[in-house]
Order: sequence, then structure tokens, then C-alpha cells
Amino acid sequence: MTMSLRSPVSLRSAVTLGGLAAFAILPPLAELFDQPYYLDIAMRMMCLAIAAVSLNLILGFGGMVSFGHAAFIGIGAYAVGIPAYYGEYSGFIQIPLAMGAAGLFALITGAVCLRTRGVYFIMITLAFAQMAFFALVSIEEYGGDDGLIIETRSEFAGLIDLEQPASLYYLILVALIGSLYLVRRIVASRFGRVIRCTKSNDERAQAIGFDTYRYRLICYVISGALCGLAGALLGNFTGFISPDMMDWTRSGELIFMVVLGGAGSLFGPVLGAATFLILEEVLSSWTLHWQVIFGPLLILMVLYGRGGIDGFLRSRHA
Amino acid sequence: MDWTLLVIQMLNGLQLGVLLFLLAAGLTLVFGIMDFINLAHGSLYMVGAYFCATIADISGSFLLGVLAALPLTFAVGLAVELLVVRKLYARDHLDHVLATFGLILFFDAATQLIWGPEGISIALPAFLDGRVSLAPGIEFPTYRLVIIMVGLTVAASLAYVVSATRIGALIRAGAANRRMLGALGVDVNRLFTVVFAAGATLAGLAGLMMAPITEAYVGMGNSILIVTLVVIIIGGIGSVRGAFIAALLVGMIDTMGRAFLDSAMKLVLSAQNAETAAPALSAMLIYILMAVILAVRPQGLFAPKGR
Repeated sequence: MTMSLRSPVSLRSAVTLGGLAAFAILPPLAELFDQPYYLDIAMRMMCLAIAAVSLNLILGFGGMVSFGHAAFIGIGAYAVGIPAYYGEYSGFIQIPLAMGAAGLFALITGAVCLRTRGVYFIMITLAFAQMAFFALVSIEEYGGDDGLIIETRSEFAGLIDLEQPASLYYLILVALIGSLYLVRRIVASRFGRVIRCTKSNDERAQAIGFDTYRYRLICYVISGALCGLAGALLGNFTGFISPDMMDWTRSGELIFMVVLGGAGSLFGPVLGAATFLILEEVLSSWTLHWQVIFGPLLILMVLYGRGGIDGFLRSRHA
Repeated sequence: MDWTLLVIQMLNGLQLGVLLFLLAAGLTLVFGIMDFINLAHGSLYMVGAYFCATIADISGSFLLGVLAALPLTFAVGLAVELLVVRKLYARDHLDHVLATFGLILFFDAATQLIWGPEGISIALPAFLDGRVSLAPGIEFPTYRLVIIMVGLTVAASLAYVVSATRIGALIRAGAANRRMLGALGVDVNRLFTVVFAAGATLAGLAGLMMAPITEAYVGMGNSILIVTLVVIIIGGIGSVRGAFIAALLVGMIDTMGRAFLDSAMKLVLSAQNAETAAPALSAMLIYILMAVILAVRPQGLFAPKGR
């Protein structure tokens, strides 16, 4: 029998580091084996991972279950698409615009949403996302239901050329690592401690003297802006944006990614997004009706998979 | 102002309102008593429509379809409660949202697998298919009038059941304090199951009544589910009376907004601006209403006391 030696590297960090390393070396491999398709999947994975990381900041650490996070993805994507529609391709304008617009939307809606609790919070975030959805559906100028094609990707004054798949890929990877770093710093900071405290006992945090509403609102705005970045990158990657990106089922999928990976763990959402997309790819290659399998899997995960993938990896720790 | 059009649109608003009430009643009871968010409520709406469409198609009778679809939807509601929902009462709202989201994916895909991607239309019997004259110059489709009457009848019977019968007393007691109810010797689990399945049947009734107008199609429950959630949030979770008032309010505002907002906005804006802005604004109206109400009253209009 093997003795369970306490290894210096736990399974959890091995998976995390291995995963990031795999992301880092994928482009040359994809080129070597002439499989650009895998690069596409990985890019989509990373964009959604950024969105899931941003949702995890408020859901996992702050206990705010936003059911409208896809709205921020849509806003970010349209902040690339609409300037491009008018011939403004500079990423130095588009990316800050995406984060700013998503952050502003988060500020305005969050100011109302955060007055409510529990179910009401879930539902009102959903309602605001629906508002954004219907607003974009009915603006004919930007394609309405049919969406908008982005013909030219963001330009960065010749510094990087996003028309090269590998450049876009590494930009997204850097953004993902940057978001993970940002969330890690936030969670470890004094601000993050207050946020985590409001999750476990908001009244106590208030009693200590924190204006928890303001802390939660700032956290919500950061999360929204970060998700806007994910949307801007996703818009650049797909080259096609439509209101469908902010459909409420997309918000549901984002929550699923966070919970599947492990809410309240730093890398959980990345694992969740990756697993989600892999499941989707594999199941939909088997059958057109893949959701007949996917739906029950989701239910089983909720019923029996406490802590998500991250919780599982942690339990196998050493 | 065209008064005929106004009356007809008010009736349309009323029809949408009672339909929303049928959906909201079950949802708000399940919410109120079991503190359970059921996103799959819209799937039961769809299931009811498909059962009715299939049976009406085979038998050639819409009424037979209605009569058979109701117990079948009840059975599906029972199955969903016993297999999935029951295990979730002790969990938090996040788990409810996720698991019932999984149910939606399953129901939509399974429906498509069984009935195919095309919608199924239902032919109305001749006596429902015409129009009735309500007043000189005001004609309204008979079938929509029937929907209104069925909806109001169900609302009245539900009000009676909840306020004046033994099971209604149990339901109210469960909403106020389900632990105490259990301690008093009531089989709370069975009560939950029955209420859940009854709510599913009401959703199915709404779906099958809507199917002759819109066809039965995959995903038909998803957009109306969101509106229903708006209704129960505005009405106050757990309150049937609140659901009724909010349903009529939402039905009316949504219909009126779509019908008249562009002409109203032309009074203050240029014609072109009004035509661009009106569709967007009218689609957003009920969400704005909800946001305003929640900002002023975070528990909705008629939230039951003591929660």
C-alpha cells in the first residue's frame, strides 16, 4: 500500500498551475498540430472565465447572487461594437469605455439592487439585465435582434495586432491572470475582509461601524467593470455581438460556472468555466439534444457536489 | 383618442393579466410556503401546452385536450417535486436557482426531442373561434374573452380556497411558520407536494390556454416566466392577493405601453425620436415599474406580515 505522503504540491495547486501552463503553451501547440479550433475554444473559455471570476467576487466572497451578470458582458461587447460601427477602432478608447460603461451600469442598478436582500436581490438584478436586453433588442440602429458584426478588432496603435489569433489569445490570457490577481488582492485587503464579513453577517459589520451598503456597492461596481472587460474581449474574439449575449440564460450559465468550480475560491470560476465549455463541447458532439443530459447533470451537481470542483480538489489535498 | 381601441387594448391587458395571475399564483404559493424559487415554473406552462396540443391533435377536440392535459401536468408537477424539488427545500436560494435552471434546460431539450423543433398549433372549436360584439362597434375575440372569464373564475375560487377552507388555512399557516405547522402534527411534506403540483397545474392551464393563440413551442415558458417573477416580486412574495393585483397591473401596463406609448411620446418628442425610443421603453416599462416599487418598498406591495 502506498503511504499518503504529504506532498509539497497539493492536487489543487497542481491542477491550477498545470491549467494555467496549458493555457500558456496552447498557441504554439495548436499551430504545430494545425488545430486552430482548440485555440478558439480556449479563448472563449478564458473570456467566460474572466466573467465568472468577476461574478465570483460578489457571489462567492460577497454573497450577492447576481442573476444579471450577462448584462455586463453585453455592455462590454457593445462598447467595442458601437464605436467600431462608427469607425473608431482604438482599443485604448474601446476597452476603458467597456469597463466604464459596465461599471456605470453597475453603479446605477447596484444602488437600487443592494437595497434589497435574498430572493429580491436575485430577481431585481435579473430585471435590470432584462431591461438592458430589451433596450438593445429594440435599437434598430445597432442591428436590434440580429446583432452587429465587428469587422475590425480593437487596435492598439500598432503595439499588438489582434488580427493575429495568437496575439488576441495572449491578450485574453494576460487579462485573465490580471483579473485573478486583482480579485486576490481585493479579497485579501481590508476592503475584502469587510466584503466577506457582510456575507457572513451584515448586521454585525454594520454594528462595528462599517457602511456596508457602500462597500457592497463598490464591490458590485468593480465586478461589473471587470465583467465588462470580459465582454469587450469576447466581442473582439467572436467578431459578432447580439443581445443574445445578455439573455438571462447566459446569466444562469455564469452562476453555474462559478458554483461548479467552487464559489468563493479564487481559481474555482476558471475551473468551472473550463469544465462547463468542455462538457458543452463533448455532449453536443454526441447529440443535438445534449441539454437532456446537461440539465440533470447540473441538478446532480447542486444536490451532491457541495463546494464544486475546487472543494473536491481540496478534499483530496495531501 | 380612439375609444374603441382603448377598450380593446384594456381587455387585452386584462387577458394578459389573468394569464400572468394563473402563473403567479402557483409560483407565489410555492415561494411563500416553502421559500423555494422555481425557475422551472415556465417549463410546466410549456408542458401543459404541449400535452393539450398533442391530445387535441389526436382526438380532434380542444376541450378533450384541456381536460386530459390538466391531470397530466399535475402528474409532471408531482414527479418534479418528488424527484428534485423536495431535496432542495433545506438549501439556499442559489441552489434553487441552479437546480431549477437545470430543469429548464432538461425540459426544453426533452420537449424538442419528443415533439421536434417546430411549434404545434391548436385549432379552436367553432364556437370559440369567432368574435363577440360587446357594444356597438366594439368586437372582441370570443376566445380571449373566455380566457378572461376562466382566469377570473380561478382567481375567485383560489381566493375562496385560501381564505375559507381547511387546506387554505394550512397553506396560510405554512406560509407564516412551517415548523410550527409541522409540530402541530400536519404532514408538511405532503402539503408541499400538493401545493407544488397544484401550482404546476395552474401554470399548465395558463400554457394550454395560450397555445391556441401562440402555438405550443419550445422555450415558450422562458420569457413569460421572467414577467411572472416580476409580478410576484411586485405583489410581494407569498401573497395571492398581491399576485392578483400585480398581475393585472403588469398585464395592463405592458399592453398599454406597447399600444399607446409611441403616440404619447409624440406629444413631447419629435415623431422620429418617439418611434425609435417607444419600442425600447415599452419593453422596459414593467422592469422600470418593478425597480421603482422595490426601491420604495423592498418587500413588494403586499408582502405577508411576519416574514
